Order: sequence, then structure tokens, then C-alpha cells
Amino acid sequence: MRATILVRPKPGILDPQGEAVGSALGHLGFAVKDARVGKVIDLDVEATDATEAKATVEKMCEQLLANPLIESYEVEIAQ
Amino acid sequence: MPSSPRIGVITYPGSQDDRDAVWALAALGADAVAVWHEESNLSGLDAVVVPGGFSYGDYLRCGAIASFSPATAAACDFAREGGYVLGICNGFQILCEAGLLPGTLMRNASLRFVCRDTPLSVERSDLPFTSRCSPRQRLVIPVKHGDGRYVPPADLDPEQIVLRYLDNPNGSVDAIAGVCNEAGNVMGLMPHPEHAVDPLLGSDHGAFILASLIDAARDRSLTAA
Repeated sequence: MRATILVRPKPGILDPQGEAVGSALGHLGFAVKDARVGKVIDLDVEATDATEAKATVEKMCEQLLANPLIESYEVEIAQ
Repeated sequence: MPSSPRIGVITYPGSQDDRDAVWALAALGADAVAVWHEESNLSGLDAVVVPGGFSYGDYLRCGAIASFSPATAAACDFAREGGYVLGICNGFQILCEAGLLPGTLMRNASLRFVCRDTPLSVERSDLPFTSRCSPRQRLVIPVKHGDGRYVPPADLDPEQIVLRYLDNPNGSVDAIAGVCNEAGNVMGLMPHPEHAVDPLLGSDHGAFILASLIDAARDRSLTAA
């Protein structure tokens, strides 16, 4: 089962990478008010159904994939 | 003649300052030994140093993967029993990821790797890692990192701030350069004391930190004996 995890810097956490990207887009002429850069993690997970897969991936996020102090995460499961 | 406390320095795949740490500790009088990352038995050690580098490639987040290696787990047990654990640079990141120290370290605000001497202020001089320092002493110790911006938890006790930068090189919150745990037996710092133990290297101020640790480890070994 395919799982996609979006990891984002939490609001209020300084994201210099996002600032640099936003500034670069501004230099290219795009009107960007705010940019934040996170990461995407794609996994192929063994699970019997989507509920089980989501529960397993959320455990992975808590233990390793995201740092709850600075990052939030969202899990999407595709069959 | 005072005994030499035995201090272990963990070597992970990707560690790069482990041998400098062993050398510096030995030069200051410790019986310093390298500990492989697969080692899960730290008995016989009087203190543990988690060194700088790029453990396991620092993939995902700095220190995230090393935080659950066998030697780190053993260092966590060692710390819970009151043992002294010092994390330097990547070691600081690892101890934060392992939950032994509060907060985390993120990309430098400048997005640039910084490598230079930094002046620091000693905020706590009553710890096993700073007992040779005087209050508010100014130390000059080099930093070299791309991910050194310290972000504390909202509830960080100010008493846990051990060192502050006098010229914040990475955008750390409140210019924090080093913190300790609540009990005061675990400390992490981004500057590299092991690179500053001889005037030939530009500064010997790192010896204030490492020699304090050696003193504390020696006292602990004598108490245990």
C-alpha cells in the first residue's frame, strides 16, 4: 500500500529555506507573500487495509519521520 | 598521582571528530577510548562523549538515525543512572533527537555553513562540564556546522542554558550555544571544545569544558570504587 507523508515546518518556526525560495520567486516576478519548504516521504507499506496502514505510518511519524517540536505531518494512503 | 578516568567517545558511521575528541581528552589526562556504535555495553566508563560529524549521513534530520543506535541507547541508560554525557555538534543533535536534551537544531538562519572561532559566555559554571569556568567567563571555541540553529521547547527552564554565543553565528533562539538536562548530568553544545585544547590551534579554551568533565568523571570513578 502506498503511503505519502507530508512533513511541514510548524507555524512560527523560522524557515530560512522557505524565505530564500519566496525571495527567489519574487526576483522572477511572481507575487509570493509567504513560502514554506517541507518534505515528502513516499513509502510502500505492508498492511491489510488503509486504516491499518495509516495507523502504522502515524507511528513511524511519531518515532522517526517528523520531529513534533518543529514539524507537523499529514499521512495519505493510496490503495 | 590522580587516576585517569575512562571516557568513551562513540564512533558512528560518518563521525568525523571522534578521534580529535579521544586525542584531546587523552592530552588532558583522561583514559580516552573509542566506542563503536554497535556497542551496547558501556560498563567501565566514567563518562561518555558523543562527537561531531555526520552520523549515518545525517539523513532525514541531523542525528535522527543515530538517536536509536545501540551505543546511543546505552548512553541514554548511562545518563539515566546519573552518568555524565557530553554531546558536541552532531552529538548535541543526536542527544536532542534521543530526548536526553530539550529542543532541536535546525538549518542555520543564513543557510550557510559556518566555520570560525566564536566567543561564548558561560551561563552556568556549576556543572560537571563547566566547573573549571568562572561565572560569565568568555570562551573562544570554534564552530563548524550547517545545522546549528537551536530551537528550544516553549517551556525551557532558563537554568538549562549553559552557554550563549556573543555573536550568534546561526540564528539560535536567545543565542543559545549549549544546554543541559534538568539533572545537569547531560550537556550538548555546538562549538567544538576538542578543537581548542592547544594554543597552537588558536585557542585552548575548549580545555575548560573537557577538563571539567574529566574532573567530574574522576570524582565519579573514585566514588564508585
